[in-house]
Amino acid sequence: MITGFVALYIFMLAAFTGYEIIGRVPAILHTPLMSGSNFVHGIVLVGAMVALGHGEGFWETLIGFIGVILAAGNAVGGYVVTERMLEMFKSSKD
Amino acid sequence: MSFWEFTVDASYFIAAVLFIVGLKRMGSPKTAKAGIKWAGIGMVLATVVTLWHPDLDAGFFRYLLIFLAIGIGGGGAWYTAKKVQMTGMPQMVALYNGMGGGAAAAIALVELYSHSAFMHGTTVLILAVVGALIGGVSFSGSLIAWAKLEGKMSKTIRLPAQHLINAGIALLIVLLGIVIIASSDGAPVLVTLFFIASLVFGVFLTNPIGGADMPVVISLYNALTGLAVAFEGFVLGNPAMIIAGTVVGAAGSLLTLLMAKAMNRSVSNVLFAGFGVDDGAQG
Repeated sequence: MITGFVALYIFMLAAFTGYEIIGRVPAILHTPLMSGSNFVHGIVLVGAMVALGHGEGFWETLIGFIGVILAAGNAVGGYVVTERMLEMFKSSKD
Repeated sequence: MSFWEFTVDASYFIAAVLFIVGLKRMGSPKTAKAGIKWAGIGMVLATVVTLWHPDLDAGFFRYLLIFLAIGIGGGGAWYTAKKVQMTGMPQMVALYNGMGGGAAAAIALVELYSHSAFMHGTTVLILAVVGALIGGVSFSGSLIAWAKLEGKMSKTIRLPAQHLINAGIALLIVLLGIVIIASSDGAPVLVTLFFIASLVFGVFLTNPIGGADMPVVISLYNALTGLAVAFEGFVLGNPAMIIAGTVVGAAGSLLTLLMAKAMNRSVSNVLFAGFGVDDGAQG
């Protein structure tokens, strides 16, 4: 478990990193970046897998199962959509 | 620390680095296309290695369920994302973002129903409950945003005294949340009620917002999903989720402000302009 001030430090530094990443980005990249960060929080998939793995009984298993379906959709859909957006961005630029 | 524990932790670390580098590269036109690939490699690495996660010492049946669920969700998303027209992209981002929020809420529900969230102290419990709320709001709110942009909800339904109803639901959510956190076991009925209330809140919050403002709202829900993922990462003790979720939460919040600024609107204006007005912004 990551608790106490260590957790707070991680949270603070990660939040600062996220802020810095967006800092000086041209407006045309806002939508692809939104889509890209939408893909990155698809990492929720690993948590959903663990939740499905240790949930007990019918309901916990069912909710875990739905969770993995949703998370996989987030990760895969987020990736494909972002890639297609950036594809278009590139070709319109050349 | 066993071999697999070390491997999982090390892979999560590498994945977190790849996410941050990938996002950074997506911020410049020249490197943007490589950026998403870096993040993609991180995602595949983290997902594959999680099959050996020490908390996932489940039998054959569970692994079957995991593969089946990934197949359904991933396959469906792959198909729809490839098929959608370029003009339909924003609502697809909303849809996949809502799915992420729903997944975060599902993790919270499993941890609350199974009482795992009650074993690591009050802070973890609060994060689990707040994560369930944010994930639920992001889930239903994003689905409404998707339905509106997709043209499935052309008519905006406004209840009389909508802001009073919203305030009432918000109050109910706060009360239920406090009761769940104060109780030692969190009755499943209360947790279920709490989750349903947050879903309803997300619907009512998004319903009055017009189509033109939707990109800002989707970006806001994107940031909220990131935050919910980070909170559930704390609950599960999963550093990859904490770091990726927090980075997205912060980056998404800033993006939301920038997008609203580009439209000459403030975020609170976008969110609350439609309340109690009959001719609010409509798309």
